[in-house]
Amino acid sequence: MNQVKKFVSKNAVPILFAIVCLLGVYYAEMPGQFLLMEIVKRMARNSFLVLSLIIPVVAGMGLNFGIVLGALAGQIALILSTHWEWAGIGGLGLTALLATPLAALFGFLAGMVLNKAKGREMITGMVMGFFANGVYQFIFLFLVGTLIPFDNPTLRISTSPGLRNTVNLSRLRGVLDNVWTVQYGFTKIPIVTFMVIALLAVAIWAFFKTKLGQDFRAVGQDRHIAGVAGIQTDRNRILAIVFSTVLAAWGQIIFLQNIGTLNTYNSHEQVGTFAIAALLIGGASVTRATIGQALMGTFLFHLLFVVSPSAGQAIFGSAQVGEYFRVFVAYGIIAISLALHAWRSKSLSKVSMEEDVTA
Amino acid sequence: MKERLIKVYQGFGLPRLIISAFLLVLILVAAGTELSVAGLLSDSLVRIGQNGIYVLAMVPSIQAGVGLNFGLPVGVIAGMVGVLVAMENSLLGFGGFIVALLVAIPLGIIAGYLYSLLLNRVVGQEMMVGTYVGFSVVAGMCIFWLMAPFKNPALIWPVGGQGLRVTLTLSDTFGGTLNKFLPFQIFGLSIPTGLLLFYAFLAFLLWLFLRSKPGVAMEVVGRNPRFAVAAGLNINAYRSLGVVLSTVLAAIGYVVYAQSFGFAQLYNGPLMTAFPAVAAVLIGGASTSQAKVVNAIIGVVLFQTLLTVAMPVTNVLIEGNISEIARVIVSNAMILYALTRVTGGEQA
Amino acid sequence: MSVPVLEMKNISKSFYGTQVLKNIDLRVAKGEIHCLVGENGAGKSTLMNILFGMSVITNTGGYDGQILINGEHVAFNSPKAAIEAGIGMVHQEFMLLPGFTVTENIKLNREDTKPNLFSKIFGKKLETLDRKKMSADARTALDKLGMNIEEWVTVEGLPVGYLQFVEIAREIDKEGLQLLVLDEPTAVLTESEAEQFLEVIRRLADTGISILFITHRLDEVMAVADNITILKDGELVRSGPTESFTIAQIAELMVGRRIDTSARIGGERPKAATEKVLEIRDLHVDMPGERLRGIDLDVYKGEILGIGGLAGHGKIALANGIMGLYQSVGQVRYEGTDLPLNSPREALNRGLAFVSEDRRGVGLVLEDTIANNIVLTSMQVQDKFLKPGPLKLKDQKKITQHALESIERFDIRCTGPDQIVRRLSGGNQQKVCIARAFTQNPKLFFVSEPTRGIDVGAKARVLELIVELNRMGATVVITSSELAELRSISDRIAIIYEGKLSGVLAPDAPDLEYGLLMAGKSLEEVGVSEGTAN
Repeated sequence: MNQVKKFVSKNAVPILFAIVCLLGVYYAEMPGQFLLMEIVKRMARNSFLVLSLIIPVVAGMGLNFGIVLGALAGQIALILSTHWEWAGIGGLGLTALLATPLAALFGFLAGMVLNKAKGREMITGMVMGFFANGVYQFIFLFLVGTLIPFDNPTLRISTSPGLRNTVNLSRLRGVLDNVWTVQYGFTKIPIVTFMVIALLAVAIWAFFKTKLGQDFRAVGQDRHIAGVAGIQTDRNRILAIVFSTVLAAWGQIIFLQNIGTLNTYNSHEQVGTFAIAALLIGGASVTRATIGQALMGTFLFHLLFVVSPSAGQAIFGSAQVGEYFRVFVAYGIIAISLALHAWRSKSLSKVSMEEDVTA
Repeated sequence: MKERLIKVYQGFGLPRLIISAFLLVLILVAAGTELSVAGLLSDSLVRIGQNGIYVLAMVPSIQAGVGLNFGLPVGVIAGMVGVLVAMENSLLGFGGFIVALLVAIPLGIIAGYLYSLLLNRVVGQEMMVGTYVGFSVVAGMCIFWLMAPFKNPALIWPVGGQGLRVTLTLSDTFGGTLNKFLPFQIFGLSIPTGLLLFYAFLAFLLWLFLRSKPGVAMEVVGRNPRFAVAAGLNINAYRSLGVVLSTVLAAIGYVVYAQSFGFAQLYNGPLMTAFPAVAAVLIGGASTSQAKVVNAIIGVVLFQTLLTVAMPVTNVLIEGNISEIARVIVSNAMILYALTRVTGGEQA
Repeated sequence: MSVPVLEMKNISKSFYGTQVLKNIDLRVAKGEIHCLVGENGAGKSTLMNILFGMSVITNTGGYDGQILINGEHVAFNSPKAAIEAGIGMVHQEFMLLPGFTVTENIKLNREDTKPNLFSKIFGKKLETLDRKKMSADARTALDKLGMNIEEWVTVEGLPVGYLQFVEIAREIDKEGLQLLVLDEPTAVLTESEAEQFLEVIRRLADTGISILFITHRLDEVMAVADNITILKDGELVRSGPTESFTIAQIAELMVGRRIDTSARIGGERPKAATEKVLEIRDLHVDMPGERLRGIDLDVYKGEILGIGGLAGHGKIALANGIMGLYQSVGQVRYEGTDLPLNSPREALNRGLAFVSEDRRGVGLVLEDTIANNIVLTSMQVQDKFLKPGPLKLKDQKKITQHALESIERFDIRCTGPDQIVRRLSGGNQQKVCIARAFTQNPKLFFVSEPTRGIDVGAKARVLELIVELNRMGATVVITSSELAELRSISDRIAIIYEGKLSGVLAPDAPDLEYGLLMAGKSLEEVGVSEGTAN
């Protein structure tokens, strides 16, 4: 009995959301096959991005709202690969390869900025995402076609500057998903995509068994103590953000090859919010995140996403209510997690503040 | 002379000088095209009055030590409800405007107080928590707008009879009430007298408050809470006071914004309200821990003029609407700068 | 006699022209337990910083003198070099990661690793941790200390007393550890834990590791040390085998008068009145590191009462508790009626004023002007400096005028009343604090560590000001770590030991008596008559 209690209190958030999801599924009255199809598709699409958040959490930098930078790197690579007409799985691999140095550079810059904003990493990461978005738009909406000569009818309308609002990724659409699929009812299961996700999960798991992973953990627990022990904290923090940003770039490429079209100016905007919300719904916090939480959270969050409109229609007579509800949940869960985290760490800092008096 | 110049420079600060110089260049460029400089400046005046109160709202929260109030939408929502109540009852002109305020202010006080109770428990992380509380409130209110018991056909969707429209027009109720109060023209500039007077009035009240005993106490709480305790002050009470003032200003700010803009944009409309206001007060010379009324005024003047003048000028130079992107880049760069500059506040 | 493990010869160090260490000699033999004692600011930490090659030393022009390890000259320019030479340090604050296991903490940044496929490509950093070997090593180290805790539990769940042992285990796991420096390790331990701790230290010393033990607890010194070195004001007062000292002597040497005894300030005062202003009964104050555990004390009207004692014994907590800044229980009567505890507002309303020992943290609003700092408390508590009318607007003119007067009167060196307090020197900041207290016009004035961190000239002036306030009719309670300072202005001096009142002495009582009280010995116990105190 006691163990049940412990399990429930430890996993209160995912259990709560599981209940909400079950209610949603019940009221939405969706055919099971459809539900399965949607969930498989969305898990394949999003899991990689959610997993990319784990490393910075463990390294003590909180939820990396800056993965938008990685997403942007991925999109820039996709734009270029479309321009150069790379195709097929090889083209996708090449695109990912192209995105890597770009994302690493963005991650490096972001890490430097975050090291100047210790204790405020999350808000700084978020604002950095907005800022990068502005610069990205400036480049691809204004400079391309005016200052940067770029003439490609699939990407641009020659009469106005900037890229098209949507870029068709026809050469890369589904190339990863379709390498090997298994049909189950109506559902096509993209085995290779899931294998890539599993590979990442294993890699992250193995990484935290290495010396570098241990250093990240140490820095994440306490920068000061890690520093005294001789671990280069700032360097490790930058590295953690670089890893996360590169993973996010790959994640965004996987996401977009599944969707098949790039919304040039919008695809990345909610990447951070939705991935973070998914991670938190899985039971992670600002200071603790595991692979299991990431995958469980992705599942629950997207289940909620799928059933919300129908459930809203059934309960309130309006699908819109359901759609707003899921956005509300995404923001709300982040707000609650952040508040809980601050609440806890405040009681800690109070103690250390008092100790200073006597020092 | 040289010394005085140096003093002016130091008082004004480098960022403001750069922006002012850039503005001047933009205006000169505008004068060289077929654009009407007076028209641009008139537009700027409207936008200053329209956005100024949001920027003022940053001052009390910063002074109380809560930092930049990214949770501005909490107050904006209160203002929205005020505007909607006035519109539901088809109140016109000043009547509508005042009723909107009378509804918005108490709602703002209640919402601000509840919001402050949360912020008092998350000391050190107010900005991040505030941002997402603001987002959550906006998202939560989306559901409310869909189900709210408003009946006036001008507000709700024509089909179905339920749920508020996304964009409401105020032109047949109290839109422009302030802007059209005692307007006059001078050197080709149209002056929205009522709007600017109302803004100046609020700025004056805030300035006065900051010089009063509770205002001074609030500032002490913000600057050194431990000193404040030793001086017998109740820290949480003054932090709450700062947040409530900020929220109420945001609520009033929305009513003024809506009547000037002529439209009320519901649903996701207020999602990002806080960011330009935060950027403006920072541009005006405030930091995350110190702000004066004059920072808010300089900030909104520079920022809004920049955006108003930049849009048409760049439109002439390059195609496309760059104003929105300029806003995003400038405001976020400014916020980033402020966040990376301050020290302390280390995570425990 | 064999070559000592550590020998420090003629060590001197100045910071920006102020000499903080003068010709210190220190020898620690193999397997010796050597205690280093001294008050806060005596120079112990500077000496250790020199030994460890800390950047605070290297960045400020290094030091003079020589350090020999096993008879060989060394000069460490980083802690890493010192550690490699076999010197270990256990800090006062725990350097343990709560979420890590005991093993992970012991092996922090010294993890054993095994190569794998990726490490061969990307380098050593990606080698896999060899958890088996790490655990075995940790077990060995814990066994050496006689600790039976499991090496795989996380540190988070361990009782505080055990953390210290984990830290020591980490040090002895390091290869070639010869000398272990323990910086006030028992401060957080309970009595039984401390005993166990001393036991472990002896055991370590028996294995041949030398120990340099820094502590305030003199009982421990007597119990465990082979040799003792006493520092005071950056100078070596005395060094010798434990048998050559008594506890009282050590205490006396630690706190004794400086050579240049400061003369009594303000001359002789009229005989103190017998009317009690403040009656303290069984006061407990929960101030971390300075806990007060039930004190009874009376303060007489018009006197200057000094509060002394060694660091960590709770003298600081008395004023903080009465002013409501730390949680307190007990009874305090002020002018015949109860003073509610835990309410700064109430204390201020009743006419109490406080100059905190934490000048920059509690005493001042650093980013604010001199003028505002002087008037803030009076404005908020007594409604002074406000314009008439319901708005309660501040009266800038009055504020500036008062600030100008205060600057003149207290001799605050500044560019004007609008200067930001942060830019002032420590002494001038302290004068601002005192000016603030004057402005409150207090009847009872608490001042803690009034001269800490300020230069000599300002020191005398600050003490004079306190006497001046007293002459204007305020009763003064002054807390200080500098006994000489207390003796120069107080009428009576109360000594606090382990959170309780050890005794009350006259300012001209012999050093020995002060030493005894500070070491927690009652005067009767050693046969000194308590005739001097009232």
